[in-house]
Amino acid sequence: MTEPFPMIDVELRVNGRPVPLTLEPRELLVDVLRDRLDLPGTKRSCDIGVCGACTVLIDGMPATSCSMLACDADGREITTIEGVGGAGNLDPVQQAFLEHGALQCGFCTPGMVLAVKSLLAQNPHPTEEEVRHYLRGNLCRCTGYVKIIEAVLDLAKRGDRP
Amino acid sequence: MLPPRFELHRPQALGEAVETLARHADDASPFAGGTELLIAMKARVLRFGHLVDIKRLPELRGVRGREDGGVSIGALCSHHELARDPLVRERLPAYSALSENIANIRVRVAGTIGGNLCFAEPHTDPPALLCALDASVELAGPNGRRTLPLEEFLQGELSTARADDELMVRVEVASQPSGTRAAYRSCGHLERPAVGVAAVAVPHGAGHAWRLRASGLCGRPTALARTQAAMSGLPADEALQALLAHVGEDAAQVEAHDDLQGSAEYKRHLVTVLAARVARIALGRPERNA
Repeated sequence: MTEPFPMIDVELRVNGRPVPLTLEPRELLVDVLRDRLDLPGTKRSCDIGVCGACTVLIDGMPATSCSMLACDADGREITTIEGVGGAGNLDPVQQAFLEHGALQCGFCTPGMVLAVKSLLAQNPHPTEEEVRHYLRGNLCRCTGYVKIIEAVLDLAKRGDRP
Repeated sequence: MLPPRFELHRPQALGEAVETLARHADDASPFAGGTELLIAMKARVLRFGHLVDIKRLPELRGVRGREDGGVSIGALCSHHELARDPLVRERLPAYSALSENIANIRVRVAGTIGGNLCFAEPHTDPPALLCALDASVELAGPNGRRTLPLEEFLQGELSTARADDELMVRVEVASQPSGTRAAYRSCGHLERPAVGVAAVAVPHGAGHAWRLRASGLCGRPTALARTQAAMSGLPADEALQALLAHVGEDAAQVEAHDDLQGSAEYKRHLVTVLAARVARIALGRPERNA
């Protein structure tokens, strides 16, 4: 007798490492990252794809991990905040956020940093309008965005490649 | 929140996809970007025992130039892909600009034009402009393919002419006559547009023939019929005067309701403001009155 809801074998690539998994089709990427792979840097907040806290990069582009099937990332390169940098080894985007006070509670920060990395990889010298446009889907309830935008523009001006 | 359990099908060919949809009828849904579907399933607004992942079907991919000078758009094209596509930029610049302005970067990368049109959510940007451009859609089903105007395909809020066992293959936009200009603008204070208005102006007589479509405040894009008729063939200044004289009357006829996006009265007012704005842009004038 076949299972009514067959499992699916996938191989994700998470922060450069191959991760073979057997998944239920309905499993969401955010849950797989946080609960199965012990990568809690990816935050779940609105759970309807609006706030951007759960942003990860898939093949370099921002994705809403709370509303994406994990099996849809089969064979693709997933970057979470754990793959970007950490204490003592900050990514230039994280360093710029730190220097400009571009975070307060920090809950939006992993998604925000990943979105900024994606923006600067495509457009190393964005205008303020382009920064605002690209980050439109990442909500921050502490900073009022001004410090974040200053951090990104300053980083772009300094020419440090994230 | 997890969606309820479902079986995921991953057909490699269009015929196999249609067959799978037909076998499971209203218990199956095509699945591409998932930007609408998965959120609706998580919220238990929609429930399907089978999702048919159509992302491996080559017929649904890519932008192609049509021999008539128009554009054929694969249903799987993402908004991000359309915003950057050189052919769309050249032949349909207003649609390229619209695509770059949908929701946010994550939605634009994952969301497809086919999914957008098949979901038929009224509070979204592409339908008004594609209707004003007189786009048509090609559907594939168990009995072959059919093509119908997008304005017939979109039947109302979350309602289309697509049968359960049909897939949208492509969106076809025929060549626009030389000198045609188009524009779209929307307004809203939530994630989605409360109201959008599109204008397409085709050189005609001493001015243009106009196609004006309003969306968001009603179930499907609606023509601003009196206004566009009154503007027809008039030189630019007179056409704009005719718009201002008639658009309020058209807006009053649109079936609008009070909702989270605003009162019906407010949204009808937005129609009049945005219609004047898109008409000015299509005429090559500054977007706002001085």
